Amino acid sequence: MNPSDRQYTKEHEWLKIQDADSNLAIVGITDYAQAQLGDVVFIDMPEIGSTVVHMDKMGEIESVKAVSDLFSPVSGEVIKTNSELLDRPELINEDPYNEGWILQVILSDPEELNSLISAEEYQSFTEQA
Amino acid sequence: MDLKTVLHQVHTDSGARMVPFGGWDMPVQYGGIISEVAAVRKQAGLFDVSHMGRLYIEGKSATNLLDLVLTSPASTLSIGKARYCMICDESAGIIDDTIFYRLAENRYLLIPNAGNREHVINWLQSWIDKDFAGGCFIDDQTLKSSLIAIQGPNSSAILDQICTVENGTTPSSIKGFSWADCILLNHKVMLGRTGYTGEDGFEIVVDSDHAVDVWHSLTNAGATPCGLGARDVLRLEAALPLHGHEISINKTPIEAGLSRFVRKSGTFVGSEVIYDQLDKGTEMRLVGLKVSGRSAPRAEYPILRQGEQIGYITSGSYSPTLDTSIAMGYVLDQYALISEGLKIDIRGKLIEAELVQLPFYSRPRRP
Repeated sequence: MNPSDRQYTKEHEWLKIQDADSNLAIVGITDYAQAQLGDVVFIDMPEIGSTVVHMDKMGEIESVKAVSDLFSPVSGEVIKTNSELLDRPELINEDPYNEGWILQVILSDPEELNSLISAEEYQSFTEQA
Repeated sequence: MDLKTVLHQVHTDSGARMVPFGGWDMPVQYGGIISEVAAVRKQAGLFDVSHMGRLYIEGKSATNLLDLVLTSPASTLSIGKARYCMICDESAGIIDDTIFYRLAENRYLLIPNAGNREHVINWLQSWIDKDFAGGCFIDDQTLKSSLIAIQGPNSSAILDQICTVENGTTPSSIKGFSWADCILLNHKVMLGRTGYTGEDGFEIVVDSDHAVDVWHSLTNAGATPCGLGARDVLRLEAALPLHGHEISINKTPIEAGLSRFVRKSGTFVGSEVIYDQLDKGTEMRLVGLKVSGRSAPRAEYPILRQGEQIGYITSGSYSPTLDTSIAMGYVLDQYALISEGLKIDIRGKLIEAELVQLPFYSRPRRP
C-alpha cells in the first residue's frame, strides 16, 4: 500500500513533508513505478544546490530494460540526494518509500502541494492505468 | 488482439508482467531481469518461446528449396543435426534468421521469429511456386504446438531426471546443434540442443495439450521461469543478433559480421551481393562496445568520433553478468578497430566507449 503520510503525482513520484517550518520535503518514486520499471540499475539525480521546477524533468532513472524521466513534484532547491543509490540503485526496488528515497528539497512555493494527490487518489489512479 | 500461448495463464497466475511482442502477449519478466539472467548463467532458466514459428518443410524438393533460400546449405546437413542461417532477399537483405533442423531426408523444421513468420511463409511459398511447384510444401504448426527453452549449465541434468531419448540414452548425450525424439512425462517431444542465451541448453517442441505439464515439471525440477527481458539481455551478452536490431531487411549477413553462416560457393538467393561484399568489404560493420558505468546506450543512439557521427547503436543494456553497460552497433568500416576518441551520445551526454571483441560473454568450458 502507498503510505498515507505523503502526497503523490500522476508521474509516480511521492513527496513527504519532513519539516513544515522550513518547507523541507523528501521525494522518491512509488512502489507502482518501481514495479513497472523493473530492476533499477542507474539513477541520474540533480546536483545538490540546484533548482528543480514543479513537474519539470529533474533526472533519469534507468532499469535493465528502459529509461524513464524523473519529474519534480515541486519547485525548490535540492539540499541532499541519496548517495546510497549510486552504489545500490536496487534500494529503489526494495524499499521505495524509505531507504530508496531520492532527494530532499526546500520548497519555494508550498502552494504547489495543492496540485499533488493523496495516497487514495493515487491508488485509484494506478488501478485505472 | 495479440495471440496467446497455451502457457499464458501459467504466466499471469505466477505474476509475470506481460507485454505485446511480435503479435503475441508474452511475459517480459517474472521475478526480475537481473535474478533471471543469473539463474540462466549459473543454474537453469525456463522460457516460453511458443511465439516463435514452427514451420515444417516437406517433400522431395525440400532440400533444393532450402539450399536456394537459406544462407547455410541444407544438402550437407545430416539428419539429426541443426544449423543457424539467414533468409535473404535478392539484395541480401535479411528477411529473418532461423535455426533449421533436418528431421528426415525430405523433412525440415524452421524456427522463424514471431514477427517475421508470415513474411517467411510468403517468401518461401513464392519460391516454391516459382521453382518447386508440387515438390514440397510448408506446414505451419505454430498455433498447434508449443516451444519451451531450458537454458543454463544445469539444463541437461534437469532434463535427465524427467526425460529419456527414444533410443534409450539421456538428453545430456545429445550433442550441440543436434536433436532427438524424446519421452518427457509420457509425452513425445522433440529436443534440440540449441538456444539463444549463450549457455548450454535445449529447446523443446511439445504438443500444446502437454505444454503446461512439461512447464510445471521443469520448474519443479529446478528451472527458473524467465521472461523475454532476460532473454534479450542474455542474447546481447552472447552477441547473438536480434532481427529488427542488428539484422534487418536493410542489412546483409556480411555487414552484420555473420559470414561464418554463409556459404562461400554456389548460387542462392542473395549470393551475388554477398560474394561481392565478401570480396570488396562493406561500408558499415557491426561492432561491440563497452561503456563504463551502468547507464546504457540504447538502440539508435549516435556513435561519435571526434565530434562526428560514425555510426549508431542497435542494442544496448546494462549487463548483470559483466556489471557494466554493453552495446552492439554499426560504425563506418574504417573506424571499426579504433577506440580512441569514441563516444556515444546518451540522451545528450557524450559518454566514452571502448570497442571490444564479440561476444561480450562466452560460457566457461566444462571438462
